[in-house]
Amino acid sequence: MKDAPGTKDYDWWLLAILAAICALGVIEIYSATHGSALDGMHMKQVRWLFVGVILMFGLSRLDYHLILDQALILYLIGILALIAVLVFGHTRFGAKRWLPVLGEFLQVSELVKLIIIIVLARFFAEVQSDDLSLRDLIKAGLLVGIPLALILKQPDLGTALVLMPLLVVGAFLAGLQWHHAAIISLVGVLLVGSVFFPPVSKHILKPYQRERITSFLHPEDDAKGSGYQLLQSKIAVGSGGFWGKGFGNGSQNQLGYIPVRYSDFIMSAWAEEQGFKGVLLALGLYMALLLRLVQNAQRAKDRAGMFLVMGVAAALGFHVLVNVAMVIGAMPVTGIPLPLMSYGGSATLFVFLAIGLVMNVRLRRFVN
Amino acid sequence: MSIWFRNDKRLPQARLAVVSYVIVGMIGVLLLGFWKLQVIDSDKYGQLAERNRVRSIPIIAPRGRMLDRDGRVLVDNYPSFSVLLLRDDPALVEKNLPAVADGLGISISDLRDELANTKNLPKFQPIVIKPEATKADVAFIESHRADIPLLEMLMVHRRRYLPDAFMGNTIGYVGEVSEQQIEDSNGKFRPGDFAGKTGLERQYNDQLIGTDGMRRVVVNSVGKEVGRLSTQEAIPGKQITLTIDYDLQMIAEQSLGQRPGAVVALDPRTGEVLAMVSRPTPDPNDFAVQISKDEWRKLNEDPLHPLLNRAIQAQLAPGSIFKIITGTAMLEDKVPPESFTTFCPGYATFYGRQFKCWVLSSKTGPRSHGTTNLHDAILKSCDVFFYTVGMHLGIDRLAYYASKLGIGHKTGIDLPSEEPGLMPSPEWVERVFHRKWYAGETISVAVGQGAVTTTPLQLARTIGGIASGGVFKQPHLLKDAQNVGEERFQISDSTVEKITDAMYGVVNEPGGTGGHLKLTGIELSGKSGTAQVIGYSTRDRVGKQKKFEDNAWFVGYAPKRNPEIVVAVLVQESGQHGGEASGPVVRDIIKTYYDKKNKKTNGQYTVELEHRDLDGDGGVSHPEANTSPTSAAGSAKPAHAVVAHAAAAPAAATIAPQVALKREDTAPTAAAREDKDSPPH
Repeated sequence: MKDAPGTKDYDWWLLAILAAICALGVIEIYSATHGSALDGMHMKQVRWLFVGVILMFGLSRLDYHLILDQALILYLIGILALIAVLVFGHTRFGAKRWLPVLGEFLQVSELVKLIIIIVLARFFAEVQSDDLSLRDLIKAGLLVGIPLALILKQPDLGTALVLMPLLVVGAFLAGLQWHHAAIISLVGVLLVGSVFFPPVSKHILKPYQRERITSFLHPEDDAKGSGYQLLQSKIAVGSGGFWGKGFGNGSQNQLGYIPVRYSDFIMSAWAEEQGFKGVLLALGLYMALLLRLVQNAQRAKDRAGMFLVMGVAAALGFHVLVNVAMVIGAMPVTGIPLPLMSYGGSATLFVFLAIGLVMNVRLRRFVN
Repeated sequence: MSIWFRNDKRLPQARLAVVSYVIVGMIGVLLLGFWKLQVIDSDKYGQLAERNRVRSIPIIAPRGRMLDRDGRVLVDNYPSFSVLLLRDDPALVEKNLPAVADGLGISISDLRDELANTKNLPKFQPIVIKPEATKADVAFIESHRADIPLLEMLMVHRRRYLPDAFMGNTIGYVGEVSEQQIEDSNGKFRPGDFAGKTGLERQYNDQLIGTDGMRRVVVNSVGKEVGRLSTQEAIPGKQITLTIDYDLQMIAEQSLGQRPGAVVALDPRTGEVLAMVSRPTPDPNDFAVQISKDEWRKLNEDPLHPLLNRAIQAQLAPGSIFKIITGTAMLEDKVPPESFTTFCPGYATFYGRQFKCWVLSSKTGPRSHGTTNLHDAILKSCDVFFYTVGMHLGIDRLAYYASKLGIGHKTGIDLPSEEPGLMPSPEWVERVFHRKWYAGETISVAVGQGAVTTTPLQLARTIGGIASGGVFKQPHLLKDAQNVGEERFQISDSTVEKITDAMYGVVNEPGGTGGHLKLTGIELSGKSGTAQVIGYSTRDRVGKQKKFEDNAWFVGYAPKRNPEIVVAVLVQESGQHGGEASGPVVRDIIKTYYDKKNKKTNGQYTVELEHRDLDGDGGVSHPEANTSPTSAAGSAKPAHAVVAHAAAAPAAATIAPQVALKREDTAPTAAAREDKDSPPH
């Protein structure tokens, strides 16, 4: 039994892909913010990346089985933290999402995402049959449902939504049966439908969330409100053309027409300045990242490791899908950042911790 | 704690493979989305981005000025600032609203209403909260740039006309272009542009208007200017010089006073219009910023039709002025012969109907003209004589001469909407009323009654042309007009001699209807006309009413042959004879003309200016004339006050008008501006 995995056991390809994505992010954050009041933001992002890398390596050294053993305690900590946010949390942009930790405000819900990945991995790993029973499915649903409800209460629709694919992908890999899938799909369709159906949505969504939905459906009615953001993003992307306007030359980006161009809409700024060729590169890297994660899952030593890796893949994949679809105006504004390209401390740390779990699984694939 | 899951090796490889495909599919779909935006629709979004980035700010070109024939400014511009409110930051607007309202003297509720009304405009588009900033407003904005960064000023040029509606209807006014004008302009006009609507402003709009410039700037998402692309300077409109003589115009305005009517003064040698007045007239300054709907409606519904330029649009019976045409026709046709005389007992009977001569209802003197020849008939304006001449001539000959002398045709003056008047004829009644010409109509037409109508301008041109031996110059207002039209109608010298002798006699011989107008040293000639609005019998039936009062005409000129100036004056519904109501206006203008001319050439006066009380003849009060010299000098309207003074005090008469308006190089800005700020007068 080999206790300490060597450095060659790390997935260097995966790290290379991550580094490339981070580099694109830092470059575009620089382009979007230099010379403005936000000058220097790219260096802050680099700092977060360093912290993330350290945390990633740290987490990779800790046997994931030990982490899975503590799933219940982590889950309780997560729930308590979410309640604490609701009670003591720091309000920014009209939502209580932040708790002060080490002098920085951390979004607790990012941490909770990680915890749910761990908890679901543990839960699905314990399912013994190849087919997921309805009973287990409901249990898993409840496990996700409680934190999800708490996060919605902050309110943070985006992060709450990210919990859903964790459940869906997990359940699918745990042997979800087709008729259950059909029922879940139906419920899902109804739920999404109700969000778009005003008489129902007014009971479950905040006014600003409903406004986003409305402006997504009818952007022309509200060209200067929420629909404005989507329209400006599409203009930025479209005006970039195939070759892009060049680094630092995107007028939509440089003149501030793209909303939060260094964070949620960074892909919009990138697409404007680098064009379709740049998009091809960025999305190619994300595809490589996700496929590499699936490959790691396929080679995991055990079911629990596979679920951990696929939880991470599900979370990152969903982030990419929802964020990029928003940038091209195919989905409403949800506030979900693009992993590793968008500026943001908590989100960056979450990704690196998640990758730390993946490394952890990979390092131990030959152990025993 | 169960540890069995540590060794569970069952991996769902098939389902993991499915997830891989889903990932590839997802990225593929996203790329398709980018392909659509960045490759297929790239041009469209490129344009949208450019429209975001670049804002075009118009630089308004000032309209050309209008000068009188001596270079004195008649129409000018003044820079005016509109106060703009920038609304990019609603919170900032909300916070500073009370301070803004207070500083600019606008009620805060009005301001809020304005904001609510413009809620749907893009936020970066500023709104005008005060169209005319005062000096205090400008100071307020400048001194609070740092703490209230919401206010901006936009410079526009507004039209400034002389006060008291000077030349109102002739100059016209400007206003925002109509949708029709925008459509017809081939993209030259944009909504919100100003263009001439009537009068000279409209006629010479193309010269006056200039070309707006454009500043193209780069703006960021909050509308802040961050760079400049290019600037196309505005090209100011061309200045035009008019044929109008300010001095004559001023006298004409003063002399007509507020009586409804019109004055036209022409130089028959060139066709130049020296003065043109129409009363009543709206003040074009009222249109320079924006006229309220209410005021506009009032102007349109006013029974006196103040928007009508009576000098070219009033089509009225010329009355006895027409006798000059009938007389000319008689001499030229030799039917009846020159020696023809009639006996006037105060009336005559034709075709079984009795036609009265005006002398029958004369309040003083004899009630008949006795035996008259052509000369006496013109002098005394005997109707019976011309009734008879008309009968002998017949309508066809009369219509032929009238038409050749300009009746029933537009003069072609460079003003929009000139009316042609009407010379009736058998063809005309056939066409319009589908009936035969009644012989009795000829009798009325021969003395300028019945269906015949003329405009004041037409009469000035016709009488001036006859006195010039049949040369009719096209009247015009633009000094350096190209290709001035000219019509010639051969009139024999003896005819001209006899007709002009008679018209000289009207003023200068005993018994002439214009005897009171006589000016020493000036060959003032002319003809009065008192046109009935309704027939004598109808008047007897309905009783005396203001709106059925006679129209008083007088057309005068000097000198007797080949005149330098001809003046036609119409005073509507005055209830007086033409010579009484309109004659003095003609005399005043012609006297001023000679005073000015002689001072220019000899440096001395040739005539004594008679004192004339402006209030005396019309029964309409003229407040300007009563302004005492001292109060006039101190008033905010120097130009008018001095001239009013001039009318009352002979010595100052010819000097005052020239100094009243400063020369072009010292534009009358200060005086007129002061006037703007002073309380309504």
